[in-house]
Amino acid sequence: MRKACLESIHELARRDQRVLFFGSDIGAGTLEGFRTEFPARFFMEGVSEANIVGVMSGLAMNGWIPYLNTLAVFLTRRCYEQTLLDAAMHRLPVRLCGSGGGVVYAPLGPTHLAFEDLALMRAIPGMTILAPCDAGEMRRLMAQTLDWEGPVYVRLAKGGDAVVSDAALPCRIGRGVLMRGGADALLVTTGITAQIALAAHAQLARDGIAAGVLHLHTVAPLDTALLLESAAGVRAVVSVEEHNLTGGLGSAVAEVLAEANLPRAPRFRRIALADGFHPEYGSQASLLRRGGVTAEAVAGAVLTLLETKEG
Amino acid sequence: MAPAMIGPQAKRGESRAALDARSAHLRRAILDVVRSARRGHVGSAFSIVEILRVLYDEILRVDPAHPDRHDRDRFILSKGHGCLALYVQLAERGFFPREALASFCEDGSLLGGHPQAGKVPGVEASTGSLGHGLPVGVGIALHGKLTGRDFRTVVLLGDGECNEGSVWEAALCAAKHRLENLVVLVDYNKMQCYAATAEVLDLEPLAAKWRSFGFAVREVDGHALPALRRALRALPFAAGRPSALICHTVKGRGIARCEGNPHWHHKSRISDAELGELEGELEAGRDGRCAS
Repeated sequence: MRKACLESIHELARRDQRVLFFGSDIGAGTLEGFRTEFPARFFMEGVSEANIVGVMSGLAMNGWIPYLNTLAVFLTRRCYEQTLLDAAMHRLPVRLCGSGGGVVYAPLGPTHLAFEDLALMRAIPGMTILAPCDAGEMRRLMAQTLDWEGPVYVRLAKGGDAVVSDAALPCRIGRGVLMRGGADALLVTTGITAQIALAAHAQLARDGIAAGVLHLHTVAPLDTALLLESAAGVRAVVSVEEHNLTGGLGSAVAEVLAEANLPRAPRFRRIALADGFHPEYGSQASLLRRGGVTAEAVAGAVLTLLETKEG
Repeated sequence: MAPAMIGPQAKRGESRAALDARSAHLRRAILDVVRSARRGHVGSAFSIVEILRVLYDEILRVDPAHPDRHDRDRFILSKGHGCLALYVQLAERGFFPREALASFCEDGSLLGGHPQAGKVPGVEASTGSLGHGLPVGVGIALHGKLTGRDFRTVVLLGDGECNEGSVWEAALCAAKHRLENLVVLVDYNKMQCYAATAEVLDLEPLAAKWRSFGFAVREVDGHALPALRRALRALPFAAGRPSALICHTVKGRGIARCEGNPHWHHKSRISDAELGELEGELEAGRDGRCAS
């Protein structure tokens, strides 16, 4: 997925001379082709995220469209004020592509886990947040970032993620994708947990329960219309995400559902990483399992909600 | 223990000449703005009056009728809390009507305690949180370099602001890109919000720091008009390097009770009586001549 993202930036640079690439101090050889083809538009500026986002903002004020790639943890935390004030408050087309969103960097430990990136970015007015589910969707969304208004945060997953998106379905920034229909329950997801939601959908189907799968690759602005349309009529909604319980997709969905005051409001549960730090090493998959972010947990939550007697 | 006070008598090297008519006028105009809200960063603004005066009267290529011209020089007041001095200067140059000054900090006003781009004509970047102006200025200067435009980017930093790490990240970046079109001015009044910079977080040797970060550096008395003109007309100070001008100033310059007094960094609930006293003291120090 990182490869798809970076190649997309290179492709956009070919299409539009306003596109610039910024890195902090990322892997040797990254976007070497871009550097060779557009040396004046390639910037590797060192471990100085605050400065880089400020510099990109100064360029964007003058018509450039700068894309930054560095680790999601540093990109969201270290330069938060620059992102909020310099990029977002000035409504600038700064693009922030964070590698290792979620718990991808599990072997590297808790300093490298971007488990609250969605919450941080959601708190910034005007920030568009993209969390594609696979490389195909990444390419389709990245192509649309060129002329998208305001700053964009792109959450990159591990790479080699199973392709679950359907290239035949419309893919538009700000619009959710109803991957599966289902009259009994609705699973809402973003990023690579679309895989988990789809697996839960299959498990539930074996139990005779029809659970829809709504993939919201755009966490902000949220497709509230499709969310409410999909949630209307089902008895249970379960969100699933590779993120802290607080402030991510589940929180966004809860806000929408609560304020919609649906006549027959569905029961609701968030499946996410427990609110806390994650000192364990291991793999993305093992941390998700340890954190209870699994297809079994999602399916179990649906069953529990459906079994709950009406109050 | 109370913070150490450094009075004007402790300063060395700054001009102690009386203010000329225009410098006194600009300070009175600032006090008029303060009167409308009874608050403001008085000391921080008085420190930079002469720097902004020379920039806007004689150095910057700006056009109030076309504030967005592509080839304009860009000025960023990175120490956004010094905005009272900037607002008065922009109004004098006609970027917006002088009447707007009287609405300082009011709901719906153009002008508040920190300047906003897109709202105040002539303001390039919204500042207020320290350490932001130089990175943004580096980006703007890079734009000049990428497009071959010959405008200059001037960023005015506070000395307390130089505590911020992002300032030094940006300094490294400016030197790396050999941004000859970038100018850093440091308002070095040696007094930050709490107390003397020497006490809070010493910056010395400040000129040597900027030099070691790759800047061509000069120092000047930030209130001495002829010296400021000479220095700013000599920009850039070296080929292929960004310039830094350390401006030795006095916080609150022009009113004895405010000079070097951290309690005048920012004041609120300033009474009519106190404003009258400030104006009286300012008037007493004026020599009546126009040195420009």
